[in-house]
Amino acid sequence: MQQTVSLTVNGKPVSATVEGRTLLVQLLRETLGLTGTHVGCDTSQCGACVVHVDGEAVKSCTLLAVQAEGRAVRTIEDVADGDTLHPMQEAFRDNHALQCGFCTPGMIMSALDLVKNNPDPTDREIREYLEGNLCRCTGYHNIVLAIKAGAAAMKGAKVAAE
Amino acid sequence: MAEIGTPVRRREDYRFLTGQGTYTDDINRPRQLYAYILRSPHANARIAGIDTSPAAKAAGVVAIYTGKDLEADGIGGLPCGWQIHSKDGSPMQEPPHPVLASGQVRHVGDPVAVVIADSLAQARDAAELVEVDYTVAPAVTDVADALKPGAPLVFPEVPGNICYDWHIGDPAVVDAALAKAARVVKLDLVNNRLVPNAMEPRSAIGDFDRATGEHTLYTTSQNPHVIRLLMGAFVLHIPEAKLRVVAPDVGGGFGSKIYHYAEEAIVTWAAAKLRRPVKWTADRVESFMSDAHGRDHVTHVELGLDKDGKFVALKVATLANMGAYLSTFATCVPTYLYATLLAGTYTTPVVYCEVKAVFTNTVPVDAYRGAGRPEATFLVERIVDCAADELGIDPAELRRKNFIPTDAYPYQTPVALQYDSGDYFSTLDLATKAADYAGFEARRREAAGRGKLRGIGIATYIEACGIAPSAVVGSLGARAGLFEAAAVRVHPTGSVTILTGSHSHGQGHETTFAQLVADGLGIPMDSIEIVHGDTAKIPYGMGTYGSRSLAVGGTAIIKAMDKIVAKGKKIAAHLLEAAEADIEFKDGQFSVAGTDRSKSFGEIALTAYVPHNFPHEELEPGLDETAFYDPKNFTFPSGAYVAEVEIDPDTGTLEICSFNASDDFGRIINPMIVAGQVHGGLAQGIGQALLEACVYDKATGQLLTASYNDYAMPRADNLPSFALSTHATLCTHNPLGVKGCGEAGAIGAPAAISNAIVDALKGLGVRHVEMPATPEKLWRAIHQHQTPLAAE
Repeated sequence: MQQTVSLTVNGKPVSATVEGRTLLVQLLRETLGLTGTHVGCDTSQCGACVVHVDGEAVKSCTLLAVQAEGRAVRTIEDVADGDTLHPMQEAFRDNHALQCGFCTPGMIMSALDLVKNNPDPTDREIREYLEGNLCRCTGYHNIVLAIKAGAAAMKGAKVAAE
Repeated sequence: MAEIGTPVRRREDYRFLTGQGTYTDDINRPRQLYAYILRSPHANARIAGIDTSPAAKAAGVVAIYTGKDLEADGIGGLPCGWQIHSKDGSPMQEPPHPVLASGQVRHVGDPVAVVIADSLAQARDAAELVEVDYTVAPAVTDVADALKPGAPLVFPEVPGNICYDWHIGDPAVVDAALAKAARVVKLDLVNNRLVPNAMEPRSAIGDFDRATGEHTLYTTSQNPHVIRLLMGAFVLHIPEAKLRVVAPDVGGGFGSKIYHYAEEAIVTWAAAKLRRPVKWTADRVESFMSDAHGRDHVTHVELGLDKDGKFVALKVATLANMGAYLSTFATCVPTYLYATLLAGTYTTPVVYCEVKAVFTNTVPVDAYRGAGRPEATFLVERIVDCAADELGIDPAELRRKNFIPTDAYPYQTPVALQYDSGDYFSTLDLATKAADYAGFEARRREAAGRGKLRGIGIATYIEACGIAPSAVVGSLGARAGLFEAAAVRVHPTGSVTILTGSHSHGQGHETTFAQLVADGLGIPMDSIEIVHGDTAKIPYGMGTYGSRSLAVGGTAIIKAMDKIVAKGKKIAAHLLEAAEADIEFKDGQFSVAGTDRSKSFGEIALTAYVPHNFPHEELEPGLDETAFYDPKNFTFPSGAYVAEVEIDPDTGTLEICSFNASDDFGRIINPMIVAGQVHGGLAQGIGQALLEACVYDKATGQLLTASYNDYAMPRADNLPSFALSTHATLCTHNPLGVKGCGEAGAIGAPAAISNAIVDALKGLGVRHVEMPATPEKLWRAIHQHQTPLAAE
């Protein structure tokens, strides 16, 4: 059955006609063309599809598109400020925390969620938080370094702004 | 200016960090249809009939095809790229590998039919209406079971399920040496079956241009030209000139995206038939049951030592699982990529290895990160530790006693390979010092005081990379050359496009190769563009695997740059009215030696394309050169890894306390990227040692580990941070002196971890623990051995 869903994606209101079974990630990728959000599994294990829904990290393969009705979704495409990378993205580049890049959008979205709730995470806290994000390339070593550096940079930016 | 040896930040990162990467599934073509592949739920069954008529009437369905439709169009089977001969000289058994099953399915996941519809959901819904009349037969999934008399036959025409029975070395010589040995140490071990699990599932889009008759395939491949050759020549019979293969951003490969897969042929063929683009993307369960798996060896090994602890002979017998069909390079993995590495880092004078390759009702097995070399390293380094334990010699000391001396290169091994350079003493020293190997016993005692079992394990490794000299592999049965091609296209204003046949799916070629070119031509990185992954743009290519991109692909770029510089010198000599022999090229300037007269690289480029003042009698205009480079030998990266673990005897849980890796990769172009490659390899090696196992149900042949809920992928909280070091001896036969680094971690880590585990448990009498050493397996090993000890 076709239904209409209206939501905000990356700050812009959007409406789409979807099937009841359409997943949020399918709406993002296929209807809206936001292909930065990836699908790496079908059991909500890999985290390649993590986006923010009303500010919380959510695996967009576990939410029906219609469940996003009226909510605000933010994807990887909205993280940089124009051409300027977000400090967390910059930290991933500086620390070589990505190789093939497929898990990277989900990693960044999860990292931002972690730092929002824990601005100064330890290595162990980062590793435990990343339990829901699989990376097959990096062995996580540099991702842990990047999230630490990104968190520090975000803290620095916040202090500077205040 | 970017120099060789500098940790330049990656140029490819921006697009990946901002969600702008273009992976195959991100591509959509106008009027695109979607394919869903109906796969066998049975491991071994005859197909009496397929009724597609109810499904054909379902909403949105455009076409349904089965093996019969492909046969009617004369579509061939998937080819195997390497022919092995058995001991008796007979060629391997090479049964057909149909694109869609033809009357018989041989593993769970074997493709049976393809449903093509306007949407993926419609194709998937309709597939449920396809009625396949299966007659299920008993299946066999395990190599030892498959060799038993009366075992189910995967192919009736292949007696005993044996693909080949191959060997290397002289068994009489090795048996004689073992008979004279002061001690013979024996071990049976399993190299566990793994699933590569690149995070991006495989995907393919077929497209066909009616006006030009050109077919285009977008695919998740590590080697688009190889796919064009295999699919065009052997399967679909399309000449290269009419077939374009594009491998855009690819989300990891680890070997699994080398091979030509059925789905690539299906979408290319169907797109031409339907005159519309056809897209297929695997879901993860489908990946588990259709991507080629890795490893799956059962091995018996015997090592003979003299009274001084010198190795005198090594004898190995291996059963290697091929799965239900021969994947593209399956047959060379347990032979020439495996047995030729059994000398390892040691002077073992005689080696014999026999390998039976066995068909089973499982997904085809092929190269996975390391491919044969992890299996060789695991058994060599495990048996060396067993020997050290039996002889009461420190494992590091026993290794040093048997290492190939640093002044012995080139070193001819008894298993065909000739190592050109190496220094195993230095990497072992670096790793053991970093690990405080000498101080370990104090840490073991301290842990014992807390009720924990602590162990330390060493593994050294050697690998053959830079694959491969074409004449050598050709004489061993390879049906392809393994050179690489590159073009250096200098544009009129001095910017440069590099067209490389290597393919990057995470390795960072766009950065490393640009560093090479910036260094070689003396121009800024920003003036250099690296292009890969499209047969319409790149002259030719053999792709990326076997840690070959820099050693072979990088050398092809160097050779093409040499031609550019040579032509540039001629142009400069003309402009500067000097003799060509007097022109020097350095830091982007062509100069007359000993004078201040020079022309910049940009001026020479402009002259080549605006040739008003140009030596037309001698030279053609333009500055665009192609080179093909065929390596003279393999390269031989090596190293030493030291792992320290602590096991809780009450729960069997294991913590990696430290992991120190020291590698010799020859010259390093970008140390940041190299470290990342090592980290990733280590994670996969540790995954094999502790977590990952592909499990089939023996009774039914069902794949039990077909999702991330069931197959234990290494997660961030399973792994430690790694401590790395390098010690370089240069490769002697390529101009850069590079050896390759992509597979090292996966090769050395399993033995280092396993040796540490056995070291932790040896006080209980444990001699070996099979991988993956899960908490359950460790708990059982501890408690099985504790009971008799407690009773004593």
